[in-house]
Amino acid sequence: MSNRKSKNNNLMHAECLSQVQRILRARFCHQNPHSNLFGVQVQYKHLIELLKRTAIHGESNSVLIIGPRGSGKTMLINHALKELMEIGEASENILQVHLNGLLQINDKIALKEITRQLNLENAVGDKVFGSFAENLSFLLEALKKGDRTSSCPVIFILDEFDLFAHHKNQTLLYNLFDISQTAQTPVSVIGLTCRLDILELLEKRVKSRFSHRQIHLMNSFGFPQYVKIFKEQLSLPAEFPDKVFAEKWNENVQCLSEDRSVREVLQKHFNVSKNLRSLHMLLMLALNRVTASHPFVTPADLMEANQLCSMDSKANIVHEFQKFVQRKAHSVYNFEKPVVMKAFEHLQQLELIKPIERTSVNSQREYQLMKLLLDNTQIMNALQKYPNCPTDVRQWATSSLSWL
Amino acid sequence: MPHLENMVLCRESQVATLQSLFGERHHFSFPSIFIYGHTASGKTYVTQTLLKTLELPHVFVNCVECFTLRLLLEQILNRLSHLSSSEDGYCTEITCDTFNDFVRLFKQVTKAESLKDQTVYIVLDKAEYLRDMEANLLPGFLRLQELTDRNVTVIFLSEIVWEKFRPNTGCFEPFVLYFPDYSIGNLQKILSHDHPPEYSADFYAAYINILLGVFYTVCRDLKELRHLAVLNFPKYCEPVVKGEASERDTRKLWRNIEPHLKKAMQTVYLREISSSQWEKLQNDDTDPGQLKGLSAYTHVELPYYSKFILIAAYLASYNPARTDKRFFLKHHGKIKKTNFLKKHEKITSLVTLQLLTLVGHDDQLDGPKYKCTVSLDFIRAIARTVNFDIIKYLYDFL
Repeated sequence: MSNRKSKNNNLMHAECLSQVQRILRARFCHQNPHSNLFGVQVQYKHLIELLKRTAIHGESNSVLIIGPRGSGKTMLINHALKELMEIGEASENILQVHLNGLLQINDKIALKEITRQLNLENAVGDKVFGSFAENLSFLLEALKKGDRTSSCPVIFILDEFDLFAHHKNQTLLYNLFDISQTAQTPVSVIGLTCRLDILELLEKRVKSRFSHRQIHLMNSFGFPQYVKIFKEQLSLPAEFPDKVFAEKWNENVQCLSEDRSVREVLQKHFNVSKNLRSLHMLLMLALNRVTASHPFVTPADLMEANQLCSMDSKANIVHEFQKFVQRKAHSVYNFEKPVVMKAFEHLQQLELIKPIERTSVNSQREYQLMKLLLDNTQIMNALQKYPNCPTDVRQWATSSLSWL
Repeated sequence: MPHLENMVLCRESQVATLQSLFGERHHFSFPSIFIYGHTASGKTYVTQTLLKTLELPHVFVNCVECFTLRLLLEQILNRLSHLSSSEDGYCTEITCDTFNDFVRLFKQVTKAESLKDQTVYIVLDKAEYLRDMEANLLPGFLRLQELTDRNVTVIFLSEIVWEKFRPNTGCFEPFVLYFPDYSIGNLQKILSHDHPPEYSADFYAAYINILLGVFYTVCRDLKELRHLAVLNFPKYCEPVVKGEASERDTRKLWRNIEPHLKKAMQTVYLREISSSQWEKLQNDDTDPGQLKGLSAYTHVELPYYSKFILIAAYLASYNPARTDKRFFLKHHGKIKKTNFLKKHEKITSLVTLQLLTLVGHDDQLDGPKYKCTVSLDFIRAIARTVNFDIIKYLYDFL
């Protein structure tokens, strides 16, 4: 009887853990919209105000959201759009167009994508008919015909906005900003970029049509708040089916956040980069170690995860390569020249050395000048770690690198 | 997985990390994983074996084969549609030439029932070539999970470290996993694994031990070592086959094989002669004097005028054109085609011997231009045979 009960328990346990993994993985990897905005409340309010003005009052505007990688720009806009859609009177009317600089690499593709997403008459299913000029004039006419009261507001979201600024003549940007300035169909143009100098990339006529409204996301929280974020990210939501387990898990997370070694790990991580993406990677790696036999995250897991995250890759590669250093000592074999050349070419293929000039026409391959792309300290560290390194190679390296 | 350990040796911790990252089939995994390590450290093999054994839906693409955007994207989409539609034998070939279309078609293909919610893995081997293709390709693949809003993970395999891949304005950072080189113990274990059935495992293990002792200081590349092991094993077994020694007579076997291994280091390691030539050489068992490479260097004997043409070509190729006036009074910088048939024949024969190569187009009106491709040592040897002091005429040695 007790056997069966414990087996049942184990099964439920495994089921629970699978659920936990599912929820937390979706949160860390798939960037599900968070329920909480950490430290960006002011910016969020600003953005939602702007969107409401377009959607409800029919006012056109444009804004740029600027912040370093991983600071939460996409998360912010998605959150704002979700809230906007929940407002009854606006949701049935609003049209959204999502563009991404990585996908739409020139204006022609971007225009086709806009036509497709807005489902205009010259788009049937996925195919868009007509040339670039025809599409553009059709789109502009469609947008210009409207007015504040009777047309559906359109929200354009341009991800990787700086890449759009590299298109020819910045045609798309010019037209979008132009429309947002003239009082026709209410249009909201929102750009997301990681470049602080984005305004310098814009042409003068495009810049003058832009409203110069900027929202900056600067990851401006301190370490105590970072720890709070860590706790919240790792905790299970209230809707989790097995309440007992969820409570135990959350209690464990609370203990973790007060543990000293965990705090050290978090401090190290915080000092390197504040953004949430790297925190997610750390948590994901710690989560990987949770199995049926090890159902809660321990401080050791977090330390291991930290180690995995912060390996110096060049040191790894270099220390495997010391055998190709040319040997001067007589106690070792004098290798034939072609063997050494092969090793040298392999170094070049691994991009540890690079030729100074591009052309090798004027001089022979063996006599070409090369540049070493590594640092002395990296070489020394690699030599320390290298297994079975001949002592004369090590001594030679220390003597020649020490005076530098 | 018991049979997984037998198929993948000496990589337990990497396999464990990958398995825990993959998680269960329907769970999300990290959007992009970057695996790096030296050549022949098992990256491709481990990834392929793991995905096949666990039967996860995956597409394996080599960026050297698919060197243009179109080839790469079309191959991924077509393989995916094959995966998802295993019931009907026929499915239309998908065409795609921009990354935007790829994302759109990818969303459609992964809606299929058989792939429902499972993580799809796209493995890009030799990922360093992605950097030379369109600029949006690498950042796009790193974020594919976000751009397509599907459960997909992209795995990059490369020899080059991640820092050299990062675009200037930053990108989505992948999880970086390192495959360290095999230690000498690991190499021993792996190489002893493919012993031929006629001989005992201990015999082969002793042979591998000797081989590693000679080659480990030079080469730790598993592929090269396997090639050398296969080539030299017949020679090692010779005394046993001929009946001169028993399997346990290690000293005799060592004395037999040692000079051959040293010679193998000079030629076969460089792959200058093919394995069939090497085997023939072993079988001839003639005086192991000068080993002949594939190139013309060691066994060519040129006629008198050809040697001068070669020397002139060398000087023309490696001296800058402006210094010619100092050295010569009448000689031009380039060799021009003249009506003098014999000279042309000699030049053509030098090109056939690969001592000169044609530079520039065939249809250039003022004659073809050639460049000399021999090394300095060789040209000095040639010059010595005709009593010509070439060093005096070389710009680099002034």
